[in-house]
Amino acid sequence: MIVLLVLVPLVAAAIAMLVPSNRHRPWILPVTAVCHLALVVWMLPQGEQWAMDRWLAIDPLSRLFVGFISVLFFICALYAPAYLRLRLGRDNRILVACLLVAFGMMSLVTLSHHLGLMWIAMEATTLATAPCVYFNRNPKSLEATWKYLVIGSVGIALALLGSFFLIYAMVQAGSESTLLFDELIEHSHPLSLPWLHAAFVLLLVGYGTKMGLSPMHTWKPDAYGEAPGIVGALLAGGLTSCAFLCVLRFFHIAHIADDDQHSQRLLIFMGLLSMGTAAVFMPRQRDIKRLLAYSSVEHMGMLVFGLGIGGIATGGALLHVIHNGLCKAGLFLAAANIHRAYCSKTTDQVRGVLKRLPWSGWMMMILFFAITGSPLFGPFVSEFQILSGTFDSGNVGRGITFLVLLLIVFFGMGSVLLGFMLGPAEEVEGVGSPQQFRESFLLILPIFIAVGLTVLLGVYTPSFLTAWVDQAVAFLQRIPLD
Amino acid sequence: MSDLLDPGLVIALLLNFYALTTTNLKQMIYAVAMQGALLGMLYPIAHTGFLSHADAEPTSWFSGLRLMALTATIVLVKGFLIPRFLLRAARLADVRSQVTSTVGVMLPLLLGGVATVLALVFAKSLPLAPQHISHLPIPASLATVMCGFLILSSRREAMGQVLGYIVLENGIFIFGLLLIEAVPLLVELGIVLDLFVGVFVMGIIFNHVSRAFPEASVEHLSTLKE
Repeated sequence: MIVLLVLVPLVAAAIAMLVPSNRHRPWILPVTAVCHLALVVWMLPQGEQWAMDRWLAIDPLSRLFVGFISVLFFICALYAPAYLRLRLGRDNRILVACLLVAFGMMSLVTLSHHLGLMWIAMEATTLATAPCVYFNRNPKSLEATWKYLVIGSVGIALALLGSFFLIYAMVQAGSESTLLFDELIEHSHPLSLPWLHAAFVLLLVGYGTKMGLSPMHTWKPDAYGEAPGIVGALLAGGLTSCAFLCVLRFFHIAHIADDDQHSQRLLIFMGLLSMGTAAVFMPRQRDIKRLLAYSSVEHMGMLVFGLGIGGIATGGALLHVIHNGLCKAGLFLAAANIHRAYCSKTTDQVRGVLKRLPWSGWMMMILFFAITGSPLFGPFVSEFQILSGTFDSGNVGRGITFLVLLLIVFFGMGSVLLGFMLGPAEEVEGVGSPQQFRESFLLILPIFIAVGLTVLLGVYTPSFLTAWVDQAVAFLQRIPLD
Repeated sequence: MSDLLDPGLVIALLLNFYALTTTNLKQMIYAVAMQGALLGMLYPIAHTGFLSHADAEPTSWFSGLRLMALTATIVLVKGFLIPRFLLRAARLADVRSQVTSTVGVMLPLLLGGVATVLALVFAKSLPLAPQHISHLPIPASLATVMCGFLILSSRREAMGQVLGYIVLENGIFIFGLLLIEAVPLLVELGIVLDLFVGVFVMGIIFNHVSRAFPEASVEHLSTLKE
C-alpha cells in the first residue's frame, strides 16, 4: 500500500497531460492532494510498514516527513485552481503535471529506504521542478531555471559520488556492502573512516545544494524569485525538507559508525554560515520573493545547526521542518497574491499592501512574526528547543551567535517587509490597478490554513506530533544490535 | 580481460584534455560521446576484473544477461542518444559551431593537467581495497570529475556547460566501476535514466536560451544577482 503514496501523484500527472482544458486541469491538484492526505491519515497510525523488498518503508523519520509533505502539498494545491485562473493566458499543462511528478518524487524520497533509490528520487525532483520555475517564460525565469538546473544537477551528482564513497567505505573495510538503510542501521557494518569522512562532506555539499545551504545557495534567490509563488512554496517547504531528510539519513549512518564528531562540526559550521549569509543579504533586498529565499537559507541553516548540536536540539530541528514549511507556504502564497495585484514584487512599486490587500497583507505580517521566531507561533517553539539544546550541551558561544543572527535577521527582514506593507496604497505608474485583482476566498483560504496551523502549533503541540518527533529522535539515536 | 581497463581509462583521460581544449562544438560532443561509450564498454571489463573473489566469473545466465543489458544501455544512452540529442538541439537552435572559453584554452588545459597529476598523487594516499591498489579507476575518476568542473565553469556557451556536466558525471561513473557488485541493476538503470532526462531537460531549456539570446551564451544569463 505504501507504493500508492508515490503512484497516486504519478497517475494524476499522466491524467493532467491528457486533460485538454486549461481551466479544468488545475483541479486535479487538490483532488490528488485530498486522496494523498486520506492515504496518509489512514496509513500513518498503523506504525512501521515495509514494501518492495524493504526498499520502501514508513519508519519514524519517514512518517514525520511524508505526513508533512502531504499537508504542505494540500495547502499549495488548494491555492492552485484560483491562482491558475488568473493566468489562463499561459498553458498550465506542463506546470500541473510537473508539480504532481515532483510531489510523487518527494513522497518517494521520504519513503525510500534504499540509498540509490533515494538519490534517484531526489534527482528526479530537480528535473520535475525545473520546468515549473520556467512557467513565466521570460528571460529572467529562463536564467533562473538554467542556474537551478545546472547547480542542482551538479550538486546532486556530488551526492551520488558521496553515496559511492560510502559504499566504498564498506568495501574497503571488508564488510558486505548494502544500500538498504535498515541493514546499515540495524547491524553494525565496519566502515573505513577516511572514506566515510569524505562521503559525508560530499553528501553534505550535494544534498546541501538542494537544501540551499550557504555557500551553495546561489540558485535559491533566483529560482524562488522567478518561479510562481506556488512553486516557491513547494520548493521552500517541501523539496528542501526532503533534502534535509537525506542529510538526516546519512547523519544517522555516521552516528552508527561512531563518527558523530566530524559530521556534527560540519553541520554546525554550515548552519551558522547559512544563517550569517541570510543576515547579511536580507536587509538589502528589494524583491519580496528573494527576501523569502534568504529566509529559507536561514532556516535550512537552523535545521542543520540543530542536528549538529544533537540531543533535544535534534527534536527541535525535526519540529522546525514542519513549522518552517507551513510558514514558507503561507508567505510564498501571500507573496504570489501581492505579485498578481501589483504586477510587481519589488519595493519600487509595491507599497501599502495592508490597505490594498488587507487579507494577504495581514497574514503576511503574522507569518513574518512567526518565521522570525516570535512567541505564540510554531517556529518559536522549535527555535527555543534548538536554543535550549545548544545551551544545555554547553555550547554557549554557538548559542549566543545563533541568537545574535536571529536578531539581525528579524530587523533585516522586518525593515524590508514594513517597506512593502505600510504607507498609502497609492497608484504607482505601470502597476496593476485594484480592479484587476480581488482577494477571492480560494486565494486566501490556503494562506489562512497555513497561518492557523502555525498559530495552533505555537500554543499547542498535539500529543501525536510530540510522540512522532520523540520516536524519530530515538530512532536517530538507536545503535545497532550487534 | 581486466588488463584492458587501465588503457581504456588512459584514453578516457586523454579525451578529458581534448574536451577541455577543443573549440569545435561538434568535436566536443563527439569526444564526450566517445568517452561515455568507452566507459560503457569498460563496464563488463571492470565486472570481471574487480570481483571480490578473483577467480569468479559471471556465475548465472541472469548475471550475464544483466551485464549485457546494462552495457548496451549505457553505450546506447551515453554514446548515441545523448550526443544525437545534443547535436539536434544545436542544429535546431542554429548555434555557431565554435565553443569558446571565458579564460582561454591554455589555462583550462594546464589546470586539467595539474588536476590529473594531483588525482594520481592523492589516490596513492587513500586507503584502498587490495583488488584496487594497482588500478587506475580512483585517480581517473577524481581527475575526470575535476575536468568536468573545469569545462562547466570555463565554457561560455550553455551547450559547453551541459557537456561539462556530462564529463563530471562520467567521472562519477568511473568510480562506480569499482562498485559494480554493490549497486543493484535498478539503481544503475535509474542513474543512467536520470542522466538522460537531465540532459533532455537541459537541451529543452538550452533551446529556449538560444531563442532568447544570440549564441546561447551564458554571459547573457547574469541579470539576476545581488
